[in-house]
Amino acid sequence: MSTADAPAVPARTRRVNPLRRFLNRPEFGAVAGTILVFLVFLLLTGGKGFLEARGIAGQLQVAAQIGILGATVSLLMIAGEFDLSIGSMIGAAGLVLALCLVHFQLPVWLAVIITFAFAIGWGFLQGWIVVRTGLPSFLVTLASLFILRGGSIGATRAITNLTVVSGVNDKIAGDPFAALFNATLLSITIPGGGRADFRIEILWWIIIAGLATWVLLRTRFGNWIFGTGGSATAARNLGVPVARVKISLFMCTAASAALLATIQVMSVGSADVLRGQNKEFEAIITAVIGGTALSGGFGSALGSMFGALTLGITQLGIFFVPGFNTDWYQVVLGGLLLAAVIVNDYLRRRASEARR
Amino acid sequence: MSDTAPPVLEARGVSKYFGRVIALEDVSLSVRAGEVNCLLGDNGAGKSTLIKLLSGVYQPDSGTLLMDGQPLELASPRDALDRGIATVFQDLAVMPLMSITRNFFLGSEPTRGSGPFRRFDLAACDDIARAQMREIGIEVRDTSQLVGTLSGGERQTVAIARAEYFGARALILDEPTSALGVKEAAIVLRHVLRARSRGLAVIFITHNVQHALPIGDTFTILNHGRLAGTYRRGEVDLEQLLRLMGGGEELNELARELEELARENAGARVARTVPPPAEVPPPPAG
Ligand SMILES: Nc1ncnc2c1ncn2[C@@H]1O[C@H](COP(=O)(O)OP(=O)(O)O)[C@@H](O)[C@H]1O
Ligand SMILES: [Mg+2]
Repeated sequence: MSTADAPAVPARTRRVNPLRRFLNRPEFGAVAGTILVFLVFLLLTGGKGFLEARGIAGQLQVAAQIGILGATVSLLMIAGEFDLSIGSMIGAAGLVLALCLVHFQLPVWLAVIITFAFAIGWGFLQGWIVVRTGLPSFLVTLASLFILRGGSIGATRAITNLTVVSGVNDKIAGDPFAALFNATLLSITIPGGGRADFRIEILWWIIIAGLATWVLLRTRFGNWIFGTGGSATAARNLGVPVARVKISLFMCTAASAALLATIQVMSVGSADVLRGQNKEFEAIITAVIGGTALSGGFGSALGSMFGALTLGITQLGIFFVPGFNTDWYQVVLGGLLLAAVIVNDYLRRRASEARR
Repeated sequence: MSDTAPPVLEARGVSKYFGRVIALEDVSLSVRAGEVNCLLGDNGAGKSTLIKLLSGVYQPDSGTLLMDGQPLELASPRDALDRGIATVFQDLAVMPLMSITRNFFLGSEPTRGSGPFRRFDLAACDDIARAQMREIGIEVRDTSQLVGTLSGGERQTVAIARAEYFGARALILDEPTSALGVKEAAIVLRHVLRARSRGLAVIFITHNVQHALPIGDTFTILNHGRLAGTYRRGEVDLEQLLRLMGGGEELNELARELEELARENAGARVARTVPPPAEVPPPPAG
């Protein structure tokens, strides 16, 4: 009972050097993977096409489009939830936009606002159902996937008798607001003919992934995201507004789908009910390659940028490998996913259990 | 003299039902500033349920909560924290995949800047977390270390240090020593005493009477969801407490059974060793 009041407990942790700390970061696997995949395709293609301006522009465009989704999806997954509806949301939001422009003749800014309001409202509803019922978001958003896709097809056919709405280009030509979504940042004329266009979605991608990273690592909301995914009950007991965190993130994933839909509709000039299929899975793959745990509570929005880059490199790379074509993209994607899950799982276990 | 002030925290005749399960019925408990109330009871007695009422996780089905003599409505754990009631729950609430600092400030993150630039002040938090951990006896150099890399006792320490830091009025600890070794348990008990001397109202839950006896000012005993008695220090001893917790009977029975077993064993050995009559059976292990 009469021991000294200040217990002299020896230090139990060693100083960790910065390199080792980086090795324990969730995005380490993604960075290494991106470099590896890049080198492999460099070797397979000999740089031909792949490393030329057009190839790079193509890689970045693929990466940007999936990266916009991957950034918000990784936040949602870190909070312990899934959103399988974003692929359908890309189709649905694109139709809302095109119908507003072409069928209802609304001004561009209003059509865009309605599109985002529709998506964010849907995201709210979805999040609210998940939080209120306590059902797995996997199921709720799977239902949503079918409702949105089927609803888009049904409604569009009822209104226009078709499943494609075209004629958007006439409505947005010269509109400065539309330029936010379809401008070309940099256009390089290639000596042998043709052009390499670096489009504005690359900028959107960097802004959104950067913002997501900042929120995750530097704001209290970011800390709540980690806590919610780590254990929702425990986080709630510590005063974290778990329901608000989850609902907000479902709104973010839906909004990112609406953004991608707007970019696509304004670039292509039409909306198609089938657009965005499988994008929900590609976004999850992007997040997982980026180091985000399927079980939640761990991950990185920055990592999702590298995940997206890996997808871009792969899709374009395969195209330039002699004897191959993009038909093989999905095979490689599946292989990459498997490899990423195995590697990241190992790294995560090492980071959280080693150094006892 | 502090006896004249109303208790910091009080539950008056509270009941809580989960469907048909009576988790608590008509239970009262109060704790004053600078006092430790040991909440005792066997597993399933309703201890955790009672403190979850006091920390805003559940709302009582009947009865009232009071703080400083005033009726207290706790709609959520946030409400309790805002009133200076900090709880270390039995299931700990530390996230293994988050850093020590992130865990420490989860739900109560201090921020810098304003508007859209308001940010989680991690650098300052690192310093606070390190200092608080040192206070409680663990030297952490790298507060970005994941909590999953800590031992069970160290994780418990993070949770306790956090509650001590945020609990301005009351500190509630739900079985903080049950998963710990002897030395680690002693450190935790010392911190309970320190919190008491800082003037906090402490509710300390355990089913280990040896841990409760030396530090409790008051002992509140639950048995099957009902109050089995409230005693001041010195009014009860270990055996009485055990009996009140409902474990006394079982322990007596166990002692009887052990005795019987020992006797039977001795008898059996005697029987076996009968043929060579010269040998003396060894005495039964005692
Ligand atoms: N959320 C719950 N739903 C249903 N029953 C519960 C719940 N929480 C506790 N109980 C029941 O209430 C009783 C008291 O539990 P608890 O307060 O955890 O006991 P203790 O902490 O003393 O071991 C037990 O019978 C337990 O099964
Ligand atoms: Mg309990």
